[in-house]
Amino acid sequence: MTAEPLIIAENLTIHSGTTPLVKPISFTLGRERVALVGESGSGKSLTARSLMGLLAPGLHLQARQLQVAGRDALALNEKRWGQLRGSELAMVMQDPKYALNPTRTIGWQVEEPLKLHHRLSRAERREKVAEMLAAVGLPQPTQLMTRYPHQLSGGMGQRVMLAIALIADPQFLIADEPTSALDHAMRDQVLALIRRLVEERNMGLLLISHDLQQISEHCERVMVMYKGQLLDSLPAAELPRATHPYTRTLWACRPSKATHGQPLPVLDRVALEKELEHD
Amino acid sequence: MTQHLSDAEIVTPAPRRRRRLTTLVIGGTLVAILVLTALLAPLLAPFDPNAQTISARLLAPSAAHWFGTDGFGRDLLSRVIYGARPTLLLVSLILVLTIPVGLLIGITAGYVGGWTERVLMRITDIFLSLPNLVIALALVSILGPGLLNGALALALTSWPPFARQARAETLALRRSDYLAAARMQGISGLRLMFGHILPLCLPGAVVRAALSLGGIILSAAGLGFLGMGVQPPTAEWGSMVAEGSKVNFDQWWVAAAPGGAILFASLAFNLTGDGLRDRLDTRNDS
Amino acid sequence: MIELQNLSVAHRQGYDLRTVVHDVSLTVNAGECFGLVGPSGCGKSSLLWVMAGLNPHWAGTMQLAGHQAQPGKAFTGDLRRDVQMVFQDPYASLHPRHRLRRTLAEPLKLLKQDNINDRISAGLRHVGLDPALADRYPHQLSGGQRQRVAIVRALLLQPRVLLLDEPTSALDMSVQAEILNLLNQLKQQDGLTMVLVSHDPDVIDHMCDRAVQMAEGRIVGTRHAA
Repeated sequence: MTAEPLIIAENLTIHSGTTPLVKPISFTLGRERVALVGESGSGKSLTARSLMGLLAPGLHLQARQLQVAGRDALALNEKRWGQLRGSELAMVMQDPKYALNPTRTIGWQVEEPLKLHHRLSRAERREKVAEMLAAVGLPQPTQLMTRYPHQLSGGMGQRVMLAIALIADPQFLIADEPTSALDHAMRDQVLALIRRLVEERNMGLLLISHDLQQISEHCERVMVMYKGQLLDSLPAAELPRATHPYTRTLWACRPSKATHGQPLPVLDRVALEKELEHD
Repeated sequence: MTQHLSDAEIVTPAPRRRRRLTTLVIGGTLVAILVLTALLAPLLAPFDPNAQTISARLLAPSAAHWFGTDGFGRDLLSRVIYGARPTLLLVSLILVLTIPVGLLIGITAGYVGGWTERVLMRITDIFLSLPNLVIALALVSILGPGLLNGALALALTSWPPFARQARAETLALRRSDYLAAARMQGISGLRLMFGHILPLCLPGAVVRAALSLGGIILSAAGLGFLGMGVQPPTAEWGSMVAEGSKVNFDQWWVAAAPGGAILFASLAFNLTGDGLRDRLDTRNDS
Repeated sequence: MIELQNLSVAHRQGYDLRTVVHDVSLTVNAGECFGLVGPSGCGKSSLLWVMAGLNPHWAGTMQLAGHQAQPGKAFTGDLRRDVQMVFQDPYASLHPRHRLRRTLAEPLKLLKQDNINDRISAGLRHVGLDPALADRYPHQLSGGQRQRVAIVRALLLQPRVLLLDEPTSALDMSVQAEILNLLNQLKQQDGLTMVLVSHDPDVIDHMCDRAVQMAEGRIVGTRHAA
């Protein structure tokens, strides 16, 4: 499933002033579906953003090596990043309410990456937009193109975000907690959609979440982060038999009918901190 | 089992900013200069601002008189320095009158709603549409000229924007969870308005006040120019400009000195207002 | 402990009233954890807010902790104390400019209770927090800690009914587990009656003894534990 790696990170660190937010981590991502899991503050979102060159101005990225879509990411300036984003790399974020422009129609927003990265006539663009909207499962694409974000539900908004991300045919998709803002019922649908589209287009996927059980169904490999460190990396199939205590707890802490009346396993943070200090 | 406070969970405060010449720092320094000038006027002014020396009238700026002298032979530098006092006093009075009134009306309107809100807002609209200098002139002609009356007049037309802003903020806050939580705990009425809503409306009001002070100074100077504010012989920048306008072409310094002071004060407050808005808005991410 | 009969709830939109819950009847027994589950917009939160006394636009019969509530009237006195709520967003339910001590102490002062600081410290320890946190501001705490403080705030008035509006939806899975454990523990120790609203059926299945499914403002089904 993995051909050549699309993203190579070696000893990647992110600092805010002198405070390390992400301690040296290394990983490679190819045309595969990888999940990056951790709690808030674990550094997973920061890592994802650094792969797109989208770190906030006060944050400082360092790495021995960072290759993104065949280019040396450490040497890219803003202009080159702009060419890369959308056409080779794309990102879907958590809340369509905040990520979609409320003053522009859906059609305009989905069309924008095409205008930036491809040379197509207006008619060709509109056709592609309609195609893309249908591909993400939205009904009546031509009508939808004239609507505004506030007229859509959360699930539909997230599908529009997907359309915007995928329309210029990138090679790699980063999805940062794409279902956290959605209802429970919608989450599986949207994740299944992401998986299907990524498979169809032979893309790589980095799926970020704090819910291990849910995304394990849709990914092949899982990386677990805690406070800026990469604690564990294993195939998704082996999650039920994970050996690292943190991964085991994350896997088991989901409530369900089966756990009714029993206390859920929780993280022993004190022990974990001690262990991390020893490393 | 005590919850362990992990660093990754606490929102780290912004790292101590290196001293940069932000707008706020510049504006604040200028305002500080203004205030110090007013406070220390007797120590700073080389001459008595009201001492007339007819033989020395309309002298150009020189080593003895840095800003020259006016038509009565009074040292302009001293008059400009002393002129900071009525200006700042006027500005303070206006602030003291407008901010509390504006906040009270706005928050009450937003919180109580219904007919109270409608009536209060219509009153606000009426005062908002009054032209401030015209009203000031009318009031002053009824009550007589003077610093207090001038302040009252300007305050009367300055409070509506504060009320509007406070009302808008209160309406937005009413839907917030923390106000709902407070209501659940039995907190309501005045306690809710002053203890909970007011602290959240204050930053906006402070910024607005700082930004409008520049304009208020100009209005105050305008009042003085028209002879409606502080009365002569007290040094006041507006009336000084009026005096100087009579000899503007030959003795330009008589009007330029107080005019420059007005510019300085207005700029100082505008910069402070801008800087405050930048600071308070970016920190407002709760 | 709770009895609702033919309850309808409306929201004010501009100058209109829009009915969002139609004709709901249910009972909650003392010491039980009762769940309301459904997709967003089904009316479960609206129903909960009426039970909390935060929305006066309702019709029907409502009995809470032995008090009969009147439509259009705010909750006062014992009724106000007996029903408390934990809100969804821990980042929005604590006043950003008040220290936690002030947030926790204010209702106690209103009720002229004594030993306020002792109660606050005891309350914080009860939910597993260091009492020294009381002197901090909300933005200095993590989401899980804030939600614990919200729980303390609700419990300091010693209510008999605790309403929970999606209390863990905004939290990480691992922090959710901690909070759910805490709630179960408190339910057993303090004998609380709880009404839990969530869009996540797994949370409802784990926490609740009985639950109803809602859609478009009506009850459409029931769920039972095991």
